[in-house]
Amino acid sequence: MSNVLVFIEISSTGKISNTAPALLAAAAKLGTPVAVVATAPGAGAGLTDELGALGAARIYVGESDAVGTLLVSPQLEALSAAAAALEPAAVLVSNSVDGREVAARLAVRTRGGLIADAVDVRSDDGKIIATHSAFGGAYTVESTVEAGLPILTIRQGAIEDQASPAAPEVTTVSLAVDAHNSAVIDEVNDPVVDSERPELRGAAKVVSGGRGLGSKEKFVLVEQLADALGAAVGASRAAVDAGYVPQTSQVGQTGVTVSPQLYVALGISGAIQHRAGMQTAKTIVAINKDADAPIFDVADFGIVGDVFTVVPQLIDAIEARAN
Amino acid sequence: MKIVVLVKQVPDTEWERKLEPATGLLDRLTGENVADEINERALEVALRYKDSHKGTEVVVLSMGPASTTKALRKALSMGADSAVHILDDALAGADVGWTAEVLAAALKDSSFDLVIAGNESTDGRGGVVPAMVAEHLGLPFLGSLNSAEISEQSVSGERRGEVGTLTAHASLPAVVSVTERSAEARFANFKGIMMAKRKPLATVSLRDLGVDPAALAGTGRSVVMTASQRPARTAGKKIIDEGNAGIELAEFLVAGRLI
Ligand SMILES: Cc1cc2nc3c(=O)[nH]c(=O)nc-3n(C[C@H](O)[C@H](O)[C@H](O)COP(=O)(O)OP(=O)(O)OC[C@H]3O[C@@H](n4cnc5c(N)ncnc54)[C@H](O)[C@@H]3O)c2cc1C
Ligand SMILES: Nc1ncnc2c1ncn2[C@@H]1O[C@H](COP(=O)(O)O)[C@@H](O)[C@H]1O
Repeated sequence: MSNVLVFIEISSTGKISNTAPALLAAAAKLGTPVAVVATAPGAGAGLTDELGALGAARIYVGESDAVGTLLVSPQLEALSAAAAALEPAAVLVSNSVDGREVAARLAVRTRGGLIADAVDVRSDDGKIIATHSAFGGAYTVESTVEAGLPILTIRQGAIEDQASPAAPEVTTVSLAVDAHNSAVIDEVNDPVVDSERPELRGAAKVVSGGRGLGSKEKFVLVEQLADALGAAVGASRAAVDAGYVPQTSQVGQTGVTVSPQLYVALGISGAIQHRAGMQTAKTIVAINKDADAPIFDVADFGIVGDVFTVVPQLIDAIEARAN
Repeated sequence: MKIVVLVKQVPDTEWERKLEPATGLLDRLTGENVADEINERALEVALRYKDSHKGTEVVVLSMGPASTTKALRKALSMGADSAVHILDDALAGADVGWTAEVLAAALKDSSFDLVIAGNESTDGRGGVVPAMVAEHLGLPFLGSLNSAEISEQSVSGERRGEVGTLTAHASLPAVVSVTERSAEARFANFKGIMMAKRKPLATVSLRDLGVDPAALAGTGRSVVMTASQRPARTAGKKIIDEGNAGIELAEFLVAGRLI
């Protein structure tokens, strides 16, 4: 079977990104999954067991002192080197901030064909076919690459499978990274504490709040309901703009796309750009004071009411049930 | 300083957007087409620098169908000095790869200091064209900036990450992309709209750029095979809270095995 390269992102603290399992599972559907990582010299050894458990049949480690200082360049060099050495049938990359840039630059270097934001992949007679969910799920589109190496960015949270574990063979190479055409990292500001809450992307339940919550302090209500339901916290762009929550919580056209079992919209009007990020949820619940809010057009259960009276009552009812 | 802003014309996100069922390509003809909001922000970043640095030249560059002039005129009315429109029938169905190659060809000899793009377009959501352009040009790329600080020699700012942010810089010339956390765009005033009519808007073809369409065809390209529309969602039950809605909602969730 042909090699399928998977770009594995490593966090600033050395952790394997949570996008790795889905990428390796997708690669296993297309060929032999090869995990490609860029690390500081000597730092790759600790990753072998975990990547093997996630299904990597082979690990290609590119080592460079520039990891952590040059923005995305060492990662690009690692993937370029692996692509040159292993004649892959495809390259899979997460549709993340870093992943996109690596995929983009690799596509130019290899004169490959880039497929962005796939939600699924399959191989049909050796041809790689990607599925997309366009315009907030209004369309399902299939695409392929006409000529050249197919390079795909995969939407985060879209693929839930996991590949069977393997005992990977490890290749380590030393990378030459050209600092000249690279941006330079000055400081990393990743939050220190990881929240106990599920991550928004791929969460089974999401509770989102909008401008209707009124303030950062009062947005806590959204978090309380999320915790009562074991849900992730989301938000509208207006809530992010107002500073109630960090940008990473934004759901919608220019935010995260979610497709949970349950989506609860609190104090969100349901502008078309918000709906574009959540309307494929299995069940949608909305609470809004305004009976004409467009969110009700897509809600399976809508309540015309004040979130500050309805939600506390709901939380009490959930807690009473739990006891 | 010469700053080029990459502007893409897209179907307005306020309206239902369509794909042509036969080709799966974006229907760019019906509905309202506008300069993508993110590109207005990119332009705003350039214009703010121009406001405080006399002698700055801001050029907007777009590749797209004939109607793209509307987006470019909008940019001129906001304050860009000139516009370049790449228009060629051979570009129908161009994917991100072709687009980047052609944009890079147009930038190659334009002696710019900085290229500013949007981090992601609202139609394709690819988020890849700016990095591809940088790679074609062999320049540093600083993508997804929540804020951008421009100086004579470099550009720096806060870059969005998956969990947090980081600060980074690149020396000029460079390509950057900005997020919707960056500068809120100004409105074009009446004077700007009147002035825009007299500003230069050049239309260039692939031949003008020295790009051979046959050579483009040799680059890998993504193509749409099928496109199918999903049925629209319909509204379900809607109740007015009369003091009991929280409990009714809990019952609804229990019935749906959601709690
Ligand atoms: C290019 C582009 C991209 C965009 N991308 C996104 C995106 O990704 N995500 C996104 O969300 N938006 C996006 N938007 C913005 C979008 O158009 C809306 O402006 C935004 O979604 C509105 O957020 P909201 O519903 O919280 O605020 P509002 O529209 O102000 O709605 C607040 C709602 O709260 C209700 N309310 C107030 N008080 C209460 C109360 N006590 N109890 C119950 N209800 C109450 C009000 O009735 C109102 O319906 C985008 C816009 C553009 C142009
Ligand atoms: N046809 C185009 N003309 C000009 N700029 C473009 C074009 N396509 C993409 N861009 C730029 O690249 C950014 C990201 O686009 P994309 O990679 O398509 O999501 C856009 O916001 C624009 O700044």
